[in-house]
Amino acid sequence: MISVKANRIPRAIYSWTGLKQAWTLLCVLLISLWGTVSAQDIKLPARPNPPRLVNDYAGMLSSADADALESRLVQYEKETSTQIAVVIITTLDGADRAQYATELMHEWGIGQKDKDNGVLLLVAKEDRTMFLGTGRGVEGALPDAICKRITEYTIKPKFKEGDYAGGINAGIDDIQSALKGEFKNDEPQDDGSGFNVGWIVLAVIVIILFFSFFSGGNNGRTYSSAGSSLPWFLLGALSSGGGSSSDGDSWGGGGGFGGFGGGDSGGGGAGSSW
Amino acid sequence: MKSIFRLLSIMIIAASLSSCGYNSMVEKREAVSREWANVESAYQRRADLVPNLVNTVKGQANFEQQTLTQVIEARAKATSVQVDASKLSEEDIQKFQAAQNELKGSLSRLLVTVEQYPDLKANQGFIELQAQLEGTENRINTERNRFNESVNDYNAYISQFPAVLTAKMFGFTPKGYFQAEPGSEKAPTVKF
Repeated sequence: MISVKANRIPRAIYSWTGLKQAWTLLCVLLISLWGTVSAQDIKLPARPNPPRLVNDYAGMLSSADADALESRLVQYEKETSTQIAVVIITTLDGADRAQYATELMHEWGIGQKDKDNGVLLLVAKEDRTMFLGTGRGVEGALPDAICKRITEYTIKPKFKEGDYAGGINAGIDDIQSALKGEFKNDEPQDDGSGFNVGWIVLAVIVIILFFSFFSGGNNGRTYSSAGSSLPWFLLGALSSGGGSSSDGDSWGGGGGFGGFGGGDSGGGGAGSSW
Repeated sequence: MKSIFRLLSIMIIAASLSSCGYNSMVEKREAVSREWANVESAYQRRADLVPNLVNTVKGQANFEQQTLTQVIEARAKATSVQVDASKLSEEDIQKFQAAQNELKGSLSRLLVTVEQYPDLKANQGFIELQAQLEGTENRINTERNRFNESVNDYNAYISQFPAVLTAKMFGFTPKGYFQAEPGSEKAPTVKF
Protein backbone atom coordinates (compact mmCIF):
# COMPACT_ATOMS: atom_id res chain seq x y z
CA MET A 1 0.00 0.00 0.00
CA ILE A 2 2.63 2.43 1.09
CA SER A 3 5.02 1.48 -1.69
CA VAL A 4 2.32 2.02 -4.34
CA LYS A 5 1.67 5.47 -3.03
CA ALA A 6 5.36 6.26 -2.81
CA ASN A 7 5.78 5.57 -6.51
CA ARG A 8 3.49 8.45 -7.31
CA ILE A 9 5.59 10.97 -5.46
CA PRO A 10 7.63 13.09 -7.90
CA ARG A 11 11.20 11.95 -8.27
CA ALA A 12 12.55 15.30 -7.11
CA ILE A 13 11.75 14.47 -3.52
CA TYR A 14 14.16 11.58 -3.59
CA SER A 15 16.95 13.87 -4.72
CA TRP A 16 20.20 13.58 -2.88
CA THR A 17 19.95 16.96 -1.11
CA GLY A 18 16.48 16.13 0.17
CA LEU A 19 17.68 12.88 1.69
CA LYS A 20 20.71 14.57 3.12
CA GLN A 21 18.59 17.27 4.74
CA ALA A 22 16.24 14.71 6.21
CA TRP A 23 19.19 12.77 7.56
CA THR A 24 20.71 15.89 9.12
CA LEU A 25 17.35 16.76 10.67
CA LEU A 26 17.14 13.27 12.16
CA CYS A 27 20.66 13.52 13.54
CA VAL A 28 20.03 16.94 15.07
CA LEU A 29 16.83 15.70 16.69
CA LEU A 30 18.48 12.56 18.04
CA ILE A 31 21.43 14.47 19.43
CA SER A 32 19.23 17.07 21.08
CA LEU A 33 17.13 14.33 22.66
CA TRP A 34 20.13 12.28 23.77
CA GLY A 35 21.14 14.49 26.68
CA THR A 36 17.67 14.51 28.16
CA VAL A 37 17.00 10.79 27.81
CA SER A 38 20.25 9.33 29.06
CA ALA A 39 20.56 11.64 32.05
CA GLN A 40 19.26 9.31 34.75
CA ASP A 41 18.48 5.72 35.54
CA ILE A 42 15.37 6.44 37.56
CA LYS A 43 12.48 7.55 35.38
CA LEU A 44 11.59 11.02 36.65
CA PRO A 45 8.68 13.18 35.53
CA ALA A 46 9.72 16.08 33.31
CA ARG A 47 10.03 19.46 34.92
CA PRO A 48 6.57 21.07 34.87
CA ASN A 49 6.00 23.72 32.25
CA PRO A 50 4.60 26.22 33.17
CA PRO A 51 6.45 25.75 36.45
CA ARG A 52 4.41 24.70 39.47
CA LEU A 53 5.32 23.86 43.04
CA VAL A 54 2.45 21.42 43.51
CA ASN A 55 2.51 18.59 40.99
CA ASP A 56 -0.10 15.90 41.51
CA TYR A 57 0.46 13.20 38.91
CA ALA A 58 -1.68 10.68 40.78
CA GLY A 59 -4.87 12.72 41.24
CA MET A 60 -4.66 12.52 45.02
CA LEU A 61 -5.73 16.10 45.68
CA SER A 62 -8.84 17.88 44.47
CA SER A 63 -7.98 20.70 42.11
CA ALA A 64 -9.26 23.25 44.64
CA ASP A 65 -6.93 21.83 47.32
CA ALA A 66 -4.02 21.73 44.90
CA ASP A 67 -4.58 25.35 43.86
CA ALA A 68 -4.86 26.52 47.46
CA LEU A 69 -1.66 24.69 48.32
CA GLU A 70 0.08 26.10 45.26
CA SER A 71 -0.75 29.68 46.12
CA ARG A 72 0.29 29.09 49.72
CA LEU A 73 3.69 27.79 48.61
CA VAL A 74 4.15 30.51 45.98
CA GLN A 75 3.42 33.13 48.63
CA TYR A 76 5.94 31.49 50.94
CA GLU A 77 8.56 31.48 48.21
CA LYS A 78 7.98 35.19 47.56
CA GLU A 79 8.56 35.96 51.23
CA THR A 80 11.48 33.68 51.97
CA SER A 81 12.86 32.50 48.60
CA THR A 82 12.55 28.96 49.98
CA GLN A 83 10.97 26.59 47.49
CA ILE A 84 8.81 23.88 49.00
CA ALA A 85 7.61 21.53 46.27
CA VAL A 86 4.98 18.83 46.60
CA VAL A 87 5.15 16.01 44.06
CA ILE A 88 2.65 13.17 44.10
CA ILE A 89 3.39 10.21 41.85
CA THR A 90 1.48 6.96 41.36
CA THR A 91 4.37 4.63 42.02
CA LEU A 92 8.12 4.64 42.59
CA ASP A 93 8.40 1.63 40.30
CA GLY A 94 10.75 -0.13 42.67
CA ALA A 95 13.10 2.83 43.09
CA ASP A 96 14.33 3.85 46.52
CA ARG A 97 12.19 6.75 47.76
CA ALA A 98 15.16 8.70 49.12
CA GLN A 99 17.12 8.30 45.92
CA TYR A 100 14.10 9.22 43.81
CA ALA A 101 13.51 12.38 45.81
CA THR A 102 17.17 13.38 45.72
CA GLU A 103 17.38 12.86 41.96
CA LEU A 104 14.19 14.81 41.41
CA MET A 105 15.43 17.76 43.47
CA HIS A 106 18.70 17.66 41.57
CA GLU A 107 17.10 17.44 38.12
CA TRP A 108 14.39 20.03 38.67
CA GLY A 109 16.71 22.29 40.64
CA ILE A 110 14.36 22.88 43.56
CA GLY A 111 15.55 25.79 45.72
CA GLN A 112 17.67 28.82 44.88
CA LYS A 113 21.02 28.11 43.30
CA ASP A 114 23.19 29.94 45.80
CA LYS A 115 21.20 28.85 48.87
CA ASP A 116 20.12 25.30 48.01
CA ASN A 117 17.00 26.02 50.04
CA GLY A 118 14.67 23.53 48.43
CA VAL A 119 12.32 21.15 50.21
CA LEU A 120 10.48 18.34 48.47
CA LEU A 121 7.59 16.34 49.82
CA LEU A 122 7.41 13.30 47.58
CA VAL A 123 4.35 11.07 47.90
CA ALA A 124 3.96 7.76 46.07
CA LYS A 125 0.25 7.01 46.16
CA GLU A 126 0.17 3.30 45.39
CA ASP A 127 3.31 2.47 47.35
CA ARG A 128 1.74 4.29 50.31
CA THR A 129 5.04 5.89 51.13
CA MET A 130 6.47 9.40 51.27
CA PHE A 131 9.80 11.13 51.58
CA LEU A 132 10.58 14.60 52.81
CA GLY A 133 13.78 15.64 51.04
CA THR A 134 15.90 18.63 52.03
CA GLY A 135 18.32 20.68 49.99
CA ARG A 136 21.83 21.17 51.32
CA GLY A 137 20.97 24.63 52.61
CA VAL A 138 18.06 23.55 54.81
CA GLU A 139 19.69 20.48 56.33
CA GLY A 140 20.67 22.57 59.34
CA ALA A 141 17.14 23.74 60.13
CA LEU A 142 15.48 20.53 58.99
CA PRO A 143 17.77 17.68 60.01
CA ASP A 144 16.74 14.14 59.14
CA ALA A 145 15.40 13.51 62.64
CA ILE A 146 12.99 16.46 62.32
CA CYS A 147 11.94 15.32 58.85
CA LYS A 148 11.19 11.91 60.32
CA ARG A 149 9.10 13.54 63.06
CA ILE A 150 7.13 15.47 60.45
CA THR A 151 6.40 12.51 58.20
CA GLU A 152 5.85 10.02 61.01
CA TYR A 153 3.84 12.01 63.54
CA THR A 154 2.28 14.84 61.55
CA ILE A 155 1.55 13.63 58.03
CA LYS A 156 1.22 9.88 58.44
CA PRO A 157 -1.75 9.89 60.88
CA LYS A 158 -3.75 12.15 58.52
CA PHE A 159 -2.84 10.07 55.49
CA LYS A 160 -4.04 6.98 57.32
CA GLU A 161 -7.44 8.65 57.70
CA GLY A 162 -7.40 9.48 54.00
CA ASP A 163 -7.06 13.23 54.65
CA TYR A 164 -4.30 13.86 52.12
CA ALA A 165 -4.68 17.63 51.75
CA GLY A 166 -4.87 18.01 55.54
CA GLY A 167 -1.76 15.88 56.01
CA ILE A 168 0.26 17.80 53.47
CA ASN A 169 -0.85 21.17 54.86
CA ALA A 170 -0.03 20.12 58.41
CA GLY A 171 3.37 18.90 57.24
CA ILE A 172 4.03 22.23 55.56
CA ASP A 173 3.04 24.04 58.78
CA ASP A 174 5.78 22.09 60.55
CA ILE A 175 8.32 22.68 57.79
CA GLN A 176 7.64 26.40 57.81
CA SER A 177 7.91 26.70 61.56
CA ALA A 178 11.20 24.77 61.49
CA LEU A 179 12.52 27.09 58.78
CA LYS A 180 11.29 30.25 60.48
CA GLY A 181 13.87 33.03 60.11
CA GLU A 182 16.30 30.85 58.16
CA PHE A 183 15.94 32.54 54.79
CA LYS A 184 14.61 35.77 53.45
CA ASN A 185 14.04 36.87 49.91
CA ASP A 186 16.78 39.39 49.29
CA GLU A 187 16.04 39.84 45.61
CA PRO A 188 12.31 40.33 45.06
CA GLN A 189 11.19 38.71 41.85
CA ASP A 190 10.37 40.77 38.81
CA ASP A 191 8.27 37.84 37.59
CA GLY A 192 11.04 37.01 35.13
CA SER A 193 9.02 38.56 32.28
CA GLY A 194 11.32 41.53 31.70
CA PHE A 195 14.20 39.10 31.48
CA ASN A 196 12.42 37.01 28.84
CA VAL A 197 11.43 39.99 26.69
CA GLY A 198 15.05 41.12 26.75
CA TRP A 199 16.19 37.81 25.35
CA ILE A 200 13.54 37.81 22.63
CA VAL A 201 14.54 41.30 21.51
CA LEU A 202 18.17 40.24 21.48
CA ALA A 203 17.34 37.14 19.44
CA VAL A 204 15.41 39.21 16.88
CA ILE A 205 18.32 41.64 16.54
CA VAL A 206 20.75 38.80 16.06
CA ILE A 207 18.55 37.22 13.38
CA ILE A 208 18.20 40.52 11.54
CA LEU A 209 21.95 41.10 11.67
CA PHE A 210 22.53 37.58 10.52
CA PHE A 211 20.41 38.01 7.39
CA SER A 212 21.52 41.53 6.58
CA PHE A 213 25.08 40.28 6.75
CA PHE A 214 24.38 37.50 4.28
CA SER A 215 22.24 39.43 1.80
CA GLY A 216 24.39 42.57 1.95
CA GLY A 217 27.79 40.99 1.97
CA ASN A 218 27.22 38.67 -0.97
CA ASN A 219 25.26 40.01 -3.94
CA GLY A 220 25.41 36.78 -5.88
CA ARG A 221 23.49 34.90 -3.23
CA THR A 222 19.73 35.11 -3.45
CA TYR A 223 17.59 35.79 -0.45
CA SER A 224 15.76 32.50 -0.82
CA SER A 225 18.90 30.46 -0.32
CA ALA A 226 19.54 32.25 2.93
CA GLY A 227 15.89 31.78 3.80
CA SER A 228 16.12 28.04 3.44
CA SER A 229 18.74 27.96 6.15
CA LEU A 230 16.46 29.77 8.56
CA PRO A 231 14.67 26.67 9.87
CA TRP A 232 18.00 25.04 10.60
CA PHE A 233 19.17 28.05 12.46
CA LEU A 234 15.98 28.18 14.50
CA LEU A 235 16.01 24.46 15.10
CA GLY A 236 19.52 24.69 16.46
CA ALA A 237 18.54 27.52 18.78
CA LEU A 238 15.48 25.64 19.99
CA SER A 239 17.20 22.33 20.59
CA SER A 240 20.08 23.91 22.43
CA GLY A 241 17.58 25.79 24.57
CA GLY A 242 15.86 22.53 25.43
CA GLY A 243 19.12 20.82 26.27
CA SER A 244 20.32 23.47 28.65
CA SER A 245 17.09 23.57 30.63
CA SER A 246 18.47 21.08 33.14
CA ASP A 247 20.89 23.70 34.40
CA GLY A 248 18.14 25.34 36.38
CA ASP A 249 17.34 28.44 34.40
CA SER A 250 14.08 29.97 35.47
CA TRP A 251 11.80 30.78 32.58
CA GLY A 252 8.90 32.68 34.00
CA GLY A 253 5.45 31.80 32.80
CA GLY A 254 1.79 31.96 33.77
CA GLY A 255 0.79 32.28 37.43
CA GLY A 256 2.85 33.42 40.34
CA PHE A 257 5.62 30.86 40.43
CA GLY A 258 8.68 31.94 38.48
CA GLY A 259 10.35 28.55 38.14
CA PHE A 260 12.79 26.43 40.07
CA GLY A 261 15.99 28.19 40.98
CA GLY A 262 18.58 25.46 40.36
CA GLY A 263 19.11 24.38 43.98
CA ASP A 264 20.64 21.03 44.78
CA SER A 265 20.22 18.27 47.31
CA GLY A 266 22.92 16.10 48.82
CA GLY A 267 20.46 13.40 49.84
CA GLY A 268 19.11 14.72 53.15
CA GLY A 269 15.67 13.98 54.54
CA ALA A 270 13.55 11.15 55.90
CA GLY A 271 10.41 9.30 54.99
CA SER A 272 7.58 7.17 56.30
CA SER A 273 5.11 4.68 54.94
CA TRP A 274 1.44 4.68 55.88
CA MET B 1 65.20 35.17 10.40
CA LYS B 2 61.98 34.13 8.72
CA SER B 3 62.46 30.48 9.66
CA ILE B 4 63.07 31.39 13.29
CA PHE B 5 59.85 33.36 13.31
CA ARG B 6 58.01 30.41 11.79
CA LEU B 7 59.48 28.02 14.35
CA LEU B 8 58.52 30.37 17.16
CA SER B 9 54.93 30.68 15.96
CA ILE B 10 54.60 26.91 15.63
CA MET B 11 55.86 26.53 19.18
CA ILE B 12 53.42 29.12 20.45
CA ILE B 13 50.52 27.44 18.69
CA ALA B 14 51.56 24.03 20.01
CA ALA B 15 51.93 25.39 23.53
CA SER B 16 48.55 27.11 23.47
CA LEU B 17 46.85 23.98 22.12
CA SER B 18 48.30 21.71 24.75
CA SER B 19 47.65 24.24 27.49
CA CYS B 20 43.98 24.22 26.51
CA GLY B 21 43.85 20.48 27.10
CA TYR B 22 45.99 20.82 30.17
CA ASN B 23 43.79 23.42 31.80
CA SER B 24 40.57 21.50 31.38
CA MET B 25 42.35 18.38 32.61
CA VAL B 26 43.31 20.21 35.76
CA GLU B 27 39.77 21.49 36.11
CA LYS B 28 38.31 18.01 35.77
CA ARG B 29 40.82 16.61 38.20
CA GLU B 30 39.87 19.30 40.69
CA ALA B 31 36.21 18.40 40.21
CA VAL B 32 37.06 14.80 41.08
CA SER B 33 38.91 15.89 44.24
CA ARG B 34 35.99 18.09 45.21
CA GLU B 35 33.56 15.22 44.83
CA TRP B 36 35.90 13.00 46.76
CA ALA B 37 35.82 15.44 49.67
CA ASN B 38 32.02 15.19 49.62
CA VAL B 39 32.22 11.40 49.59
CA GLU B 40 34.57 11.43 52.57
CA SER B 41 32.40 13.80 54.58
CA ALA B 42 29.33 11.66 53.88
CA TYR B 43 31.16 8.61 55.22
CA GLN B 44 32.48 10.63 58.13
CA ARG B 45 28.93 11.59 58.97
CA ARG B 46 28.05 7.93 59.34
CA ALA B 47 31.09 7.26 61.49
CA ASP B 48 30.08 10.20 63.71
CA LEU B 49 26.65 8.72 64.24
CA VAL B 50 27.94 5.40 65.49
CA PRO B 51 28.82 6.53 69.05
CA ASN B 52 25.29 7.97 69.41
CA LEU B 53 23.78 4.76 68.18
CA VAL B 54 25.95 2.65 70.45
CA ASN B 55 25.07 4.77 73.47
CA THR B 56 21.36 4.60 72.77
CA VAL B 57 21.46 0.86 72.32
CA LYS B 58 23.74 0.29 75.31
CA GLY B 59 21.12 1.84 77.55
CA GLN B 60 18.90 -1.11 76.74
CA ALA B 61 19.34 -3.80 79.40
CA ASN B 62 21.27 -6.92 78.36
CA PHE B 63 21.77 -5.84 74.77
CA GLU B 64 23.99 -8.26 72.87
CA GLN B 65 27.54 -7.17 73.57
CA GLN B 66 29.04 -8.96 70.60
CA THR B 67 27.17 -7.01 67.93
CA LEU B 68 28.07 -3.75 69.65
CA THR B 69 31.76 -4.59 69.82
CA GLN B 70 31.72 -5.50 66.14
CA VAL B 71 30.25 -2.13 65.24
CA ILE B 72 32.80 -0.26 67.32
CA GLU B 73 35.68 -2.22 65.82
CA ALA B 74 34.44 -1.76 62.28
CA ARG B 75 34.10 1.95 62.88
CA ALA B 76 37.67 2.23 64.14
CA LYS B 77 38.88 0.35 61.10
CA ALA B 78 36.82 2.38 58.64
CA THR B 79 38.03 5.71 59.99
CA SER B 80 41.64 4.56 59.95
CA VAL B 81 41.65 3.95 56.19
CA GLN B 82 42.67 7.24 54.61
CA VAL B 83 42.92 7.80 50.91
CA ASP B 84 45.32 10.21 49.26
CA ALA B 85 42.97 12.57 47.42
CA SER B 86 45.60 13.36 44.80
CA LYS B 87 45.85 9.73 43.67
CA LEU B 88 42.49 8.01 44.07
CA SER B 89 43.65 4.92 42.21
CA GLU B 90 41.47 1.89 41.69
CA GLU B 91 43.09 -0.01 44.60
CA ASP B 92 42.82 2.96 46.97
CA ILE B 93 39.12 3.19 46.39
CA GLN B 94 38.59 -0.55 46.70
CA LYS B 95 40.42 -0.61 50.03
CA PHE B 96 38.40 2.33 51.28
CA GLN B 97 35.18 0.77 50.12
CA ALA B 98 35.98 -2.58 51.72
CA ALA B 99 36.57 -0.99 55.14
CA GLN B 100 33.40 1.09 54.85
CA ASN B 101 31.36 -1.91 53.79
CA GLU B 102 32.44 -3.76 56.90
CA LEU B 103 31.03 -0.94 59.01
CA LYS B 104 27.88 -0.95 56.94
CA GLY B 105 27.48 -4.70 57.39
CA SER B 106 27.94 -4.57 61.16
CA LEU B 107 25.46 -1.69 61.39
CA SER B 108 22.89 -3.73 59.46
CA ARG B 109 23.39 -6.61 61.86
CA LEU B 110 22.94 -4.26 64.79
CA LEU B 111 19.70 -2.92 63.37
CA VAL B 112 18.41 -6.43 62.76
CA THR B 113 19.21 -7.35 66.37
CA VAL B 114 17.23 -4.35 67.56
CA GLU B 115 14.13 -6.04 66.17
CA GLN B 116 14.18 -8.25 69.28
CA TYR B 117 13.88 -5.26 71.61
CA PRO B 118 10.39 -3.78 71.29
CA ASP B 119 11.07 -1.02 73.84
CA LEU B 120 13.99 0.19 71.82
CA LYS B 121 12.14 -0.05 68.57
CA ALA B 122 9.35 2.18 69.85
CA ASN B 123 11.75 4.68 71.43
CA GLN B 124 11.41 8.03 69.67
CA GLY B 125 15.08 8.80 70.11
CA PHE B 126 15.96 5.55 68.44
CA ILE B 127 13.53 6.08 65.57
CA GLU B 128 15.08 9.45 64.87
CA LEU B 129 18.57 8.06 65.15
CA GLN B 130 17.62 5.49 62.62
CA ALA B 131 16.22 8.17 60.31
CA GLN B 132 19.56 9.92 60.58
CA LEU B 133 21.36 6.70 59.73
CA GLU B 134 19.16 6.17 56.69
CA GLY B 135 19.74 9.76 55.62
CA THR B 136 23.45 9.19 55.90
CA GLU B 137 23.26 6.13 53.68
CA ASN B 138 21.34 8.13 51.12
CA ARG B 139 23.92 10.91 51.24
CA ILE B 140 26.70 8.38 50.77
CA ASN B 141 24.90 6.96 47.73
CA THR B 142 24.32 10.40 46.28
CA GLU B 143 27.91 11.52 46.72
CA ARG B 144 29.28 8.24 45.42
CA ASN B 145 27.21 8.55 42.26
CA ARG B 146 28.35 12.12 41.72
CA PHE B 147 31.94 11.12 42.37
CA ASN B 148 31.66 8.37 39.78
CA GLU B 149 30.18 10.81 37.29
CA SER B 150 33.07 13.23 37.76
CA VAL B 151 35.61 10.41 37.47
CA ASN B 152 33.89 9.24 34.31
CA ASP B 153 34.14 12.74 32.87
CA TYR B 154 37.82 12.99 33.79
CA ASN B 155 38.82 9.51 32.64
CA ALA B 156 37.04 9.91 29.33
CA TYR B 157 38.71 13.26 28.77
CA ILE B 158 42.28 12.15 29.46
CA SER B 159 41.99 9.10 27.22
CA GLN B 160 40.68 10.93 24.15
CA PHE B 161 43.08 11.63 21.33
CA PRO B 162 44.63 15.06 21.53
CA ALA B 163 44.36 15.18 25.30
CA VAL B 164 45.90 11.77 25.87
CA LEU B 165 49.31 13.12 24.79
CA THR B 166 49.19 15.93 27.33
CA ALA B 167 47.91 13.52 29.96
CA LYS B 168 50.83 11.15 29.37
CA MET B 169 53.28 14.03 29.39
CA PHE B 170 52.08 15.52 32.67
CA GLY B 171 51.25 12.26 34.42
CA PHE B 172 47.45 12.45 34.56
CA THR B 173 46.42 8.92 35.48
CA PRO B 174 42.91 7.48 35.43
CA LYS B 175 41.03 7.49 38.74
CA GLY B 176 39.13 4.60 40.30
CA TYR B 177 35.37 4.21 40.57
CA PHE B 178 33.16 3.02 43.36
CA GLN B 179 31.85 -0.39 42.47
CA ALA B 180 28.26 -1.31 43.15
CA GLU B 181 28.06 -4.64 44.94
CA PRO B 182 25.08 -6.91 44.63
CA GLY B 183 22.52 -5.94 47.22
CA SER B 184 24.61 -3.10 48.60
CA GLU B 185 22.67 -0.27 47.03
CA LYS B 186 19.97 -0.63 49.67
CA ALA B 187 20.64 1.17 52.92
CA PRO B 188 20.58 -0.97 56.04
CA THR B 189 16.95 -0.40 56.84
CA VAL B 190 14.63 -2.05 59.27
CA LYS B 191 10.95 -1.76 58.60
CA PHE B 192 8.89 -0.64 61.55
